[in-house]
Amino acid sequence: MQKPIDNRAWFLVAPVFCLVAFNAMLPLMTVVNYSVQDTFGNNQFFWNGVQWYAELLNPGSEFGGRFYAALGRSFAFSGVILAIEVPLGLMVALSMPKRGAKLAICLILMALPLLLPWNVVGIIWQLYARDNIGLFGWTVNAVGIPFNYTNSAIASWVVVVLMDVWHWTSLIALLCYAGLRSIPDAYYQAAKIDGASRWLVFLRIEFPKLQRVLTIGILLRFMDSFMIYTEPFVVTGGGPGNYTTFLSIDLVKIALGQFDLGKAGAMSIVYTLITLSLCWIFYTAITTRDNQEIAQ
Amino acid sequence: MARIELENLAHSYFVNPQHPWQWALKPMNMSWKQGGAYALLGPSGCGKTTLLNVISGLVTPSHGKILFDGRDVSHIPTEARNIAQVFQFPVVYDTMTVAENLAFPLQNRGVAKDVMASRVRQVAHMLGLEPLLGRRARGLTADLKQKVSLGRGLVRSDVGAILFDEPLTVIDPHLKWQLRAQIRRVHAETDVTMIYVTHDQTEALTFADHVVVMYQGEVVQVGTPQELFDKPAHTFVGYFIGSPGMNVLPAELDGNQARVGSHVLSLSTRFDGAAPGGTYEIGIRPEHLKVARNGPGLPAAVRRVDDIGRIKIVHCEMDGMAISAVTGEDDEVPSDGVVLVPESTRIHLYRNSHRVE
Amino acid sequence: MPIELQRVSLRVGETDHLRDVSLTLNEGAVNVLLGPTLAGKTSLMRLMAGLDQPTAGRIVINGEDVTGRSVRKRSVAMVYQQFINYPAFSVYDNIAAPLRTKGLNRHDVRRKVTEAAKLLKLDGVLEKTPLQLSGGQQQRTAIARAIVKDADLVLLDEPLANLDYKLREELRVELPKIFGKTGSIFVYATTEPSEALLLGGRTAAMHEGRIAQFDDTTEVYRRPLNRITAQTLSDPPMNFARMTVGGGSAGLHLAADDLAVTGFEAPPAIAALPTGSYTVGFRAHHVTLLPRTRSAVKVTGELAVAELSGSDSFLHVDTDGGERWIALLSGVHEHPPGERITIYLDPARFYVFDAGNNLVVAPSLAISSAGRN
Repeated sequence: MQKPIDNRAWFLVAPVFCLVAFNAMLPLMTVVNYSVQDTFGNNQFFWNGVQWYAELLNPGSEFGGRFYAALGRSFAFSGVILAIEVPLGLMVALSMPKRGAKLAICLILMALPLLLPWNVVGIIWQLYARDNIGLFGWTVNAVGIPFNYTNSAIASWVVVVLMDVWHWTSLIALLCYAGLRSIPDAYYQAAKIDGASRWLVFLRIEFPKLQRVLTIGILLRFMDSFMIYTEPFVVTGGGPGNYTTFLSIDLVKIALGQFDLGKAGAMSIVYTLITLSLCWIFYTAITTRDNQEIAQ
Repeated sequence: MARIELENLAHSYFVNPQHPWQWALKPMNMSWKQGGAYALLGPSGCGKTTLLNVISGLVTPSHGKILFDGRDVSHIPTEARNIAQVFQFPVVYDTMTVAENLAFPLQNRGVAKDVMASRVRQVAHMLGLEPLLGRRARGLTADLKQKVSLGRGLVRSDVGAILFDEPLTVIDPHLKWQLRAQIRRVHAETDVTMIYVTHDQTEALTFADHVVVMYQGEVVQVGTPQELFDKPAHTFVGYFIGSPGMNVLPAELDGNQARVGSHVLSLSTRFDGAAPGGTYEIGIRPEHLKVARNGPGLPAAVRRVDDIGRIKIVHCEMDGMAISAVTGEDDEVPSDGVVLVPESTRIHLYRNSHRVE
Repeated sequence: MPIELQRVSLRVGETDHLRDVSLTLNEGAVNVLLGPTLAGKTSLMRLMAGLDQPTAGRIVINGEDVTGRSVRKRSVAMVYQQFINYPAFSVYDNIAAPLRTKGLNRHDVRRKVTEAAKLLKLDGVLEKTPLQLSGGQQQRTAIARAIVKDADLVLLDEPLANLDYKLREELRVELPKIFGKTGSIFVYATTEPSEALLLGGRTAAMHEGRIAQFDDTTEVYRRPLNRITAQTLSDPPMNFARMTVGGGSAGLHLAADDLAVTGFEAPPAIAALPTGSYTVGFRAHHVTLLPRTRSAVKVTGELAVAELSGSDSFLHVDTDGGERWIALLSGVHEHPPGERITIYLDPARFYVFDAGNNLVVAPSLAISSAGRN
């Protein structure tokens, strides 16, 4: 398509540029600024070069060890919830009714958790999972399994993971459901005629057609869970000990708890870079696959 | 292999249909012989897709029976009917290769490996898919995908009928006739009953030995392409088959004479047997009207002449009725008054839209 | 007010979409752009509309250079292959939309909409929404919206391609009536020669981004300047054979080996050609199963397939010389594939092209082009 070229058109980008500069670049630069300085309080800063970064990335140092542990927990958390939410969401989508009142009820029930604010979800589960007054915690204890998320690492993970699954499986399910709806009936009919089993229909028709929405779902859920803060903070506050201290929680502890602005700045930058590069990997993975499809 | 019979078959989406329009399919009896090539032809909304769905088992008819080789299958599900179907939009299994696609229906039925391989090779050869057997089905063009879908029906030895639901909709125009010819050839080689649904006269007439013309839920004619052209049994067939369509003019009958407007036409036969009452119409194809300067016939005024190269279509008006005729490319057409002379054996008489024999 | 394209080219990346196109279009009769897919019809329309800019050349409307002017500032209406209407508006509001944008008063809007609706036979369905209509009515609505605008230029890009053929037939007959009634310039793109012929008017035969010929449609059909135009305006495709002329006689190369030449009694125009090698083209409906004249050339072959349309039969014949020709017979004739078949060619109907593929002889019988009454 041929378009006239007029460099004045760049002015049209100016408002967006200003906005992005104001709400992304400037704050980020403050963090960059802190990350290369140290302070002894009293608003007195002095240059520290890449010292914080060196310490952060060295697993041997106290700060580095703490960072890698939190990073590991964040990855573990994302991995666990993805491993549960994706298959579960897919299964829910496959077993949802196709039309009628049942479908409407299903959709409303599934949309409910998605509509709740993070801290509300946190409070719900904080109460729900308590061993003394919470229905869930009390029941588990009553069955004979000792369950107290304030002192057991396993229990605290169970609660945090369950909470995320409860909150977000619907998203995967709804995405998959939309994907399934877009498969023309002719495919199912053809599979019937070909004598394919239910499993083969899933493997040969539904799953290939869902790959795209699943990739997007995984991307969304991964990013969201990797940056999760509010819910675990409300429920466990990162404890017991540091068992549920994910990267975001640790960052806040350093920045606001210890007021180590330099360390927190360096950690923020590395955190951001990790998130960005993962995004980029996902993005290229999706686009190259699409291009391959076109090239075929 | 299957002979398909429809016994008093009718379908309505209403529980208790009272009015004619409530029938998606009006009661019909039909017998389609094993190995035939049939087309269901009609405009959108005529019921041809409903009929196809009844045959494939997607729709259970509300009235009557459908028999495959004498066995009542009205309530048997699609997968138990031994039919295959090629859909409007190509259906292939994206992640599998062409060979795996073709083998899929056999695999699901537990056919032995060597039998499967030889069937796949045989069908691929028939459809010219051999060089593509190792390719993934995802990247194929629409016409190749349609061949793969057809192939999945052909590999099965138990298939009695293959149904085509407007299979050329998404095919490039210049590939259409190739694919059409190939389907035709495959039919000749395999002896499977084929039923082809379309709204396109060329597709229907080229493909089928017998064309079933449907109109408003009713089968108005079953005939060979030649019969549809030479003896349209219903005014709709005359209009729908042929371009331009047949001229249908209201008439009054009197022995072997028909009064059209203020003019009288002599018919080749006496229709004394024709029942009294009803509305009569005369049908004459534009190809069977000669445009003359004078003489016996229907005097008409020329309104417009469309010179489309090999023929000229002459649009005329006679007593307020539009009537068109076709002349050769070299014929001069007078611009004012002409006389349209029908071939007397090619004048059809219709009573309540149905042809009087 | 004519629209003039002066040596317009369009190049996108490495591909030439239009090459040096010069064309002057007038109101009154429809201007048909005819050519296969990718011939450049849509590119040309987009340039005329101002949606794209040419890489070279000028576009002049009414003596004024509008090459760089955007589509918003031009007076253009467009109808597409897809039925594009406002789904939530009634047919009436759909047709009225461009008039309301222009700021016409209620009374004028009503008058113009009613007029357009009547012309396109939409009077009965004005209160319905597009989705309640048949495909034909939806496209009529889109066309009504385009003509009601009174634009200088109305572009129709294969508007009938998505319709059932009977509806297409009806609209083809009705459209020419509309073209004459407004002061707009109509440009109509199509891939089908029969459509161009039915619409009449003038036809620009396009091929690979070039205008091969632009003239009255019947003239382009009867006297194609070259082989490309002849092919563009033939449906089914024109049949071709090689011919040698020398010493007042002519012969066709009908066998696979070049030596076997079938002599025939050449009409004076062909006999008078300079000695040399030529290509003859003849249309499918001039291939007959019985000799029409004494000088008819007899060719034998095998039937590949017979295609039947409602009132015609297309026989695809593989000649013994290895050519694939098509014969068009009026009426429905069933022939089984593989049948041995004898066909006859009438030399009086031959188009003769020289080595440069330019027309040197047109059929003598077809020169008196009657035109439109």
